Amino acid sequence: MKLTDISGDINEWFDGSGPLADIVISSRIRLARNMAGHKFLSRCSAAEKSEILKKLRDILMSLELGDKIFYLSVDKTPVLDRHFLVERHLISRHHAFGKGPRGVVIAQREFFTAMINEEDHLRIQMLKGGLQLTRCAEQINRIDDMIEQKIDYAFSPRYGYLTACPTNLGTGIRVSVMLHLPALKMTGQIEKFLNATRDMGLAVRGLFGEGTEAAGDFYQLSNQVTLGISEADIVAQFENAIIPEIVEYENTARNQLLSKEPDVLDDKISRAMALLRNANLISSQEALFLLSHLRMGINMHERMGASTPAIKRLCKLSAASGNADKPQSISITTINRLFMLTQPAHLQLNYGKTLDAAHRDILRAKIIRSALNG
Amino acid sequence: MQCQVCQKREATIHLTEITDGVRTEMHLCEHCAQEEGIAVKSQLSINELLSSLLATQPSDDELFGDTEQELSCPHCGFTLGQFTKEAVLGCPHDYEVFEKLLLPLIEKAHDGKTVHCGKVPSKMPKDTKKQIKLTALHQQLEVAVQSEDYELAAKLRDKINQLK
Repeated sequence: MKLTDISGDINEWFDGSGPLADIVISSRIRLARNMAGHKFLSRCSAAEKSEILKKLRDILMSLELGDKIFYLSVDKTPVLDRHFLVERHLISRHHAFGKGPRGVVIAQREFFTAMINEEDHLRIQMLKGGLQLTRCAEQINRIDDMIEQKIDYAFSPRYGYLTACPTNLGTGIRVSVMLHLPALKMTGQIEKFLNATRDMGLAVRGLFGEGTEAAGDFYQLSNQVTLGISEADIVAQFENAIIPEIVEYENTARNQLLSKEPDVLDDKISRAMALLRNANLISSQEALFLLSHLRMGINMHERMGASTPAIKRLCKLSAASGNADKPQSISITTINRLFMLTQPAHLQLNYGKTLDAAHRDILRAKIIRSALNG
Repeated sequence: MQCQVCQKREATIHLTEITDGVRTEMHLCEHCAQEEGIAVKSQLSINELLSSLLATQPSDDELFGDTEQELSCPHCGFTLGQFTKEAVLGCPHDYEVFEKLLLPLIEKAHDGKTVHCGKVPSKMPKDTKKQIKLTALHQQLEVAVQSEDYELAAKLRDKINQLK
């Protein structure tokens, strides 16, 4: 399989379906594992890394996952393709630009990936759209069981699964939920949310863009404690308590905007529409920022029946943009596609050659104009 | 909102000070806030956590009475000095070799917990599985008692007794 087979569309987990998908973009569970009888990667020679890679690759490729799976040698993959895999959330930045023999196994529908020789020998992850942590946990656990039949993991009765960094020790589980919280930002409550989550010992970072900046109001929330608590308890805390509560706060903020500050809301949506439909140059950051407002507007219309003048225009626009027989709407999927496909590596891979930032800005603006103007 | 100092970057730090009933507000970007000496870091990176913990710990010499050489793992040759630089260990045995030194860090990183109570590989002996299950139940019991859920606590106590 070639990466261009998947680069033209969004991944399954970003298609806008799944429980609470207007606010919860996706659920992800990752397990960190190491093979017994080997050193951790920081002390492995290239030959030992290759041996681990081969062993784990053979096991993973033999798994029955209900989807086609393919393998990529990350260290031999061109830089642009590695950037693409990071944008796609299929591998970490650390894995893309690390050292030594390493690879990734990817299910074609992108719900499962396994990074071999990242920080640990093996990191397997399951991704689903909306809030579906329990299902992710069940499925990744099953895959983990299948792998465990074929190798011995480094495990201690006291400390659990032994990981290269003690912060992943025990269960080796990282539960992450990606959230779209534009109304909390607009109503000035986002700092309160960030502080509260940090007080609860959770990690928050941006979903798109570089580093920790939360471009486009997308936030990724993860557990930090992995020892002394069971996988099921961590998942239940997120799925039954933490996330529903945040979703409620975001919905309250959206209602607050509608009832108390409809002009502010409409201004944001109108400006975003005007700029996105007319700009000739647009940076990745600006596109994320503006698309975020449209995403919220459409979701507020679909889920809450909001119909302020700007939201109405946005919906009329969607009716006018298609042909008369079959009006094409600017759906959440359209917006999600733009979020994904206008990222730098996606643009270049789909264009077929590398482009500098200025040319990317032109191409990005063109793709957005064409999607929003019909 | 723009930063009051540089007038360029977006203000992300908002301070309200009330002195003698007079309220003053400051809106700064992260960069200028740091310049002004206002602490804005809410999360410690793993490296910072390590450095701060290891700096306050007794040295290897003090712990092991070995003044000649730094303790190193017989399996991988790893030393704690390398750990402070790289933030990752050398091999699974390091958890035993450096246990005394790592324990405070593990405790800090995992909210005071130091014993696994999650999944156990199916190949593990039955006794190990039972032990880990008991640890998990004891922890759940502790939470139930703290939150005064005595019905759940009673059920958990029965389960513990059954397992024993």
